[in-house]
Amino acid sequence: MIRVRDLELRFAGAVTPVLQALSFEVREGALAVIVGASGAGKTTLLRCLAGLQAFDRGAIEVDGLAIAAGEEGGDRYRRGLLGGGWSTAARGVARLESLRGRVGLVFQSFELFPHLSVLDNLTLAPRRAKGVARAEAETRARQLLADLGLAEKYEAFPEQLSGGQRQRVAIARALALEPRVLLYDEPTSALDPSLRGEVVATLRRVRAGGMTQIVVSHDRALAREAADEVLVLEGGTIVARGAPGVVLDDRV
Amino acid sequence: MRRRAAAPGFLIFALLFVAVALSAPGRARIALADARPAAPPSAADDSLARVRARGELRWGADPQGGAPYVFQDPMDPNHLIGFEVDLAGEIAGKLGVKARPVAGQWENLLDLLDRGDFDVALNGIEVADEKLRVCALSTPYYVAPERLAVRKGDGNAPCSLEALRGRPAGTLPGSLAERILVRAGAEVRTYEGGQDEIYSDLELGRTDAVLLDAPIARYYGEVEPGLEVLGGTFGEVRYAIALRKQDVALQTAIDRALADLAREGRLRAIYQSWGLWNVETAALLGDPQPAQAPYAPAFETWRAAVGKMPPLLERLRDRYPATFALFARGALLTVVVSVVAMALAVPIGVLLALSRKYGPRPLAWLAIGYIEFFRGTPLLVQLIMIYFGLPELGVRLDPFVAGTLALGLNYAAAEAENYRAGLESVPVGQLEASWALGLSTRQALRWVVAPQALRIAIPPATNDFIALLKDSSLVSLVTLTELTKTYLNLASAMRDHLGLGLVVAAWYLIVSLPFAYLARRVEAALGRHLRAAGT
Repeated sequence: MIRVRDLELRFAGAVTPVLQALSFEVREGALAVIVGASGAGKTTLLRCLAGLQAFDRGAIEVDGLAIAAGEEGGDRYRRGLLGGGWSTAARGVARLESLRGRVGLVFQSFELFPHLSVLDNLTLAPRRAKGVARAEAETRARQLLADLGLAEKYEAFPEQLSGGQRQRVAIARALALEPRVLLYDEPTSALDPSLRGEVVATLRRVRAGGMTQIVVSHDRALAREAADEVLVLEGGTIVARGAPGVVLDDRV
Repeated sequence: MRRRAAAPGFLIFALLFVAVALSAPGRARIALADARPAAPPSAADDSLARVRARGELRWGADPQGGAPYVFQDPMDPNHLIGFEVDLAGEIAGKLGVKARPVAGQWENLLDLLDRGDFDVALNGIEVADEKLRVCALSTPYYVAPERLAVRKGDGNAPCSLEALRGRPAGTLPGSLAERILVRAGAEVRTYEGGQDEIYSDLELGRTDAVLLDAPIARYYGEVEPGLEVLGGTFGEVRYAIALRKQDVALQTAIDRALADLAREGRLRAIYQSWGLWNVETAALLGDPQPAQAPYAPAFETWRAAVGKMPPLLERLRDRYPATFALFARGALLTVVVSVVAMALAVPIGVLLALSRKYGPRPLAWLAIGYIEFFRGTPLLVQLIMIYFGLPELGVRLDPFVAGTLALGLNYAAAEAENYRAGLESVPVGQLEASWALGLSTRQALRWVVAPQALRIAIPPATNDFIALLKDSSLVSLVTLTELTKTYLNLASAMRDHLGLGLVVAAWYLIVSLPFAYLARRVEAALGRHLRAAGT
């Protein structure tokens, strides 16, 4: 379960906040799609949830672990991220970083590691960040790849894969860390529109495993086909939520 | 990339070091383990005792200066010969020690002497008042008349000082001959390095006359069939041995040795053998026999060796094999200096690049300052500051340490920019993806960013290393005889610039090609994923 309370974030120098009074929750195992026009704050919200972006107010709670603003020294941390990490990988930020282990993120451009094979893409973080033994990490990685229909591809490099395959590798890579919540940034935008069905199938397959998922997208068709629940983000806050049929029909 | 907390410390040390090097010539003294400040003048003068205790007289000279002073035997380049080699041997014998030559650039001999790299400088050093400000001079051991050379059959040749006005004339820089030519109003051309080039330019018509000391005129002017050395004397210069001012005891002993050698006729014997004996020197030494003997064995041997150059193939077969050991030694030094310098440049460069891109702001500024300083000032200046400048602050570095340190610190700046270019080429999303997966920044740099950046940085870094192999020739300035200096010395001694030039070029290629090959292999290995995608 993931719960967001009164999230607020204002970038330095900006007049209006990107996010404000933003609250919602997604129950265990559900697939929520957050829709909104570009500039509504979708990606920023996702980065906050993934522990990549500090916020000014509010709190994010994932499975009992609550991260509140301020503790990590907001602005200083943000500069640290932009300017680098060494100076900030200390003290207060550890709490924000603890989100990173619990929340997986599938980037819009996937950000697979091009110099590593598919298998190494999946095992790098478990081995280096969590200290999982190589054999164990590889066994789990092969299982995940097989689950996502990539059993034949574990030796390939990312450049050798199609867009859809790359996305599934990115999903498998995030799942390899056994997160509580999996986030997707615009999962259909980097792919051919004809692949939407494939994306929906993948999302359903992951849901079948019991994973809580949040998809951020401007693609209403995707929301309609895949979502258990739709949240509408506008001006940095959630303005409507409900079943896809209800919400999407209301606000066309 | 695995350097930890100690790393920024080292960077700060390096910058501090530069700051110290840059600071005004304060009186601060930095104590280093191997810093041996020269004995202060007030202390008891143990200069002679030190030479005796060591059992050798270290004397500085530049073999590139050529015949008949100090040069490599054209028939057996592994040996130094010359009238000053004989002289140094005789003097050392009088002191009861052995003579050991130390090679340095002629222009720097007095600086090297001051640093303590050798006990005396003995290499055609002219007696002149301004030298006495920086060193002491022994009694003169030779008088060299100045001789004017012109092209044979040149009807318009300037044969007097008056005729030289406005005419292009060649000589060595900083010499009495140069001052005479300037006073005569000639258009003076001076040449660093060997004497051969000076007379070549005269023969080729780039100059109309050459004024040089009689020994040089005899060995490089008279032997050219197209040149004519005029009979008259255009002034005279005296050669003396340079010593450190405070080494009074050594100076007294050397003066006594020279007087003994003159009285015993040993100096005359040396000069006669080299064909250099003249009335001026006879008068200086008070010798009653002023005539040069008709047969000068050392001179004849030299002329037989280099007077007529055999064709290239013959040289390749008969002469160049003997240069193998010297070139091999030079090449080894070139490689060792370059590899050690690169081993220094790579980690410092990595730290600079990481500090500049990922460090907190003050550290990034320091890195930028370092890079701009070392990239924006000549390597030559940096090397001279480190070798000749730092002793002023009490830091006396060994030639090898100074040479590799200067090259390493300088190339670190270039490396830093290569690595930064590599780091910049990796999209920021890669770092964020790593963070999102729970990797720390250090882990992300190590496992995700660095391998991708490295592939981009390797070609320019290889390029830099090969440039470094060539730039390492600068260490000849600090008495290290590497590949280029070996070539210059041999070319001067054998009067063979083209053939030996091809030989040294081959040596450089032999040295650099394996590194280029290795770099291509590493680059290919790191680019495996791209090749896989292409097929």
